[in-house]
Amino acid sequence: MDAPGLRELVPQVLGVLVRRGADFATAEDAVQEALVRAISTWGERPPDDPKGWLITVAWRAFLDMARSDAARRERERRAAPEPPAPVPAVDDTLQLYFLCAHPDLSPSSAVALTLRAVGGLTTRQIAEAYLVPEATMAQRISRAKRTVAGAGFQRPGDVRTVMRVLYLIFNEGYSGDVDLAAEAIRLTRQLAAAVQEPEVHGLLALMLLHHARRHSRTRPDGAIVPLAEQDRSRWDTALIAEGVVILQAALARDRLGEYQAQAAIAALHADAPRVEETDWEQIVEWYDELLRFTDTPVVRVNRAVAVGEAHGAPAGLAALAEVDPDAPRRDAVAAHLHERNGELEVAARLYAEAAQRAPSLAEREHLVRQAARVNQVLRHGSPREHGAG
Amino acid sequence: MAKYLLLKHYRGAPEPVNGTPMDEWTPEEVEAHIRYMGDFAAKLEASGEFVDGQALAPEGMWVRYDGEGRPPLTDGPFAETKDLIAGWMVIDVDSQERAIELAGELSAAPGAGGRPIHEWLEVRPFLAAPPTVTD
Repeated sequence: MDAPGLRELVPQVLGVLVRRGADFATAEDAVQEALVRAISTWGERPPDDPKGWLITVAWRAFLDMARSDAARRERERRAAPEPPAPVPAVDDTLQLYFLCAHPDLSPSSAVALTLRAVGGLTTRQIAEAYLVPEATMAQRISRAKRTVAGAGFQRPGDVRTVMRVLYLIFNEGYSGDVDLAAEAIRLTRQLAAAVQEPEVHGLLALMLLHHARRHSRTRPDGAIVPLAEQDRSRWDTALIAEGVVILQAALARDRLGEYQAQAAIAALHADAPRVEETDWEQIVEWYDELLRFTDTPVVRVNRAVAVGEAHGAPAGLAALAEVDPDAPRRDAVAAHLHERNGELEVAARLYAEAAQRAPSLAEREHLVRQAARVNQVLRHGSPREHGAG
Repeated sequence: MAKYLLLKHYRGAPEPVNGTPMDEWTPEEVEAHIRYMGDFAAKLEASGEFVDGQALAPEGMWVRYDGEGRPPLTDGPFAETKDLIAGWMVIDVDSQERAIELAGELSAAPGAGGRPIHEWLEVRPFLAAPPTVTD
């Protein structure tokens, strides 16, 4: 059984335990124990009924945990001592999504709890993905469970909080042995199958369209390759096609939101076989739509890039002039637009300044390269290809 | 085994021999430098001596307790602060000689003109846990 297959069973098994009367926090620990045992003992030959195996092992683990703690006697009495034979065929996965993205949780806690209880990752895998010690991540998850302990398992929550958590998983984190972006897509796919909310489908489309570019976004050594310079033949056309179909179906329902608007922008990039064929005017229109839902400096900075491409660098700089000077990546975009406008001295200075303020090492190195490239042109006047900021 | 911190400074270290700012190098020289740093870390991982490596943003702030019921006091960044740490690498090696050897190698990273930067790196031993056998 492959890892995603095993992970898919985790929320189902957890749901079964909770339905049998186990409290969420202990049941979640018990399922984690069963999962770790499955990973270490199944090897190449998983049992014939993997879900049944997990339920049995997790239930025993739950009873051990409940017995070992005198304070939990009451809970043990309430829960049936022997597993009741037939389990109602209800999928509680959706309830788990809401519980793990509970609004009382901090984003990092919601992310960790979602990855463990819904995603079926081990604490160690989650710790590796976020570069923290395993004990720290274990504590974060325990605290998160205490926070939601009083929340009902039955009550539906706000799907927007779930979407924010899934978006964070997709967008942030390092790579251990788990591909967080792929995991976020799997979880969003599962959510999209369970709820009829166009924004969830918009989010799924957004993830698929960006994931389609993953192999061209960085060089083998980790260096950033800007969109304009990416080898588009390496974009994953199957993922793009799927993303576009999902997006179109969502848009047809005429309930636009920020994820659909972002997905539309990604789809327009995906639609251009060469960067020169990009429909920048339509992209600007989608940024205007996006601003209606989420008017942030980040969106405005990105919009200025599109305006610069659609209507020329001076128009882009004019759009940028209205953006908060402290907005992330504003200097880098200003450098790019000044370079396109032929003001190389300004561009070189701004690239160097932007490098100082870069939020990641890869971006810093990318911006230093840009500064070095423009400075070389200034020294020798050699006509070099212009890179994007 | 003993752990050592190799500290790189934005400011506060003595002038390197080849100290031209990075954005004034040629793009090829920038590439060569980044490749050298990546290869160095990879080599230490392969030899089992790498523990951690991080880079820090140049701008930070100073914070201190400002009394009961008051929010912490923040200040800075101070341009006049002499010492500014740029990043570090933590290594776990068999001897101080090995730590010095590796710091020397890191300081040989190429800069302008493809020549070594000869950057000064600070090497600081970690205070270890007390040994089990003490007599």
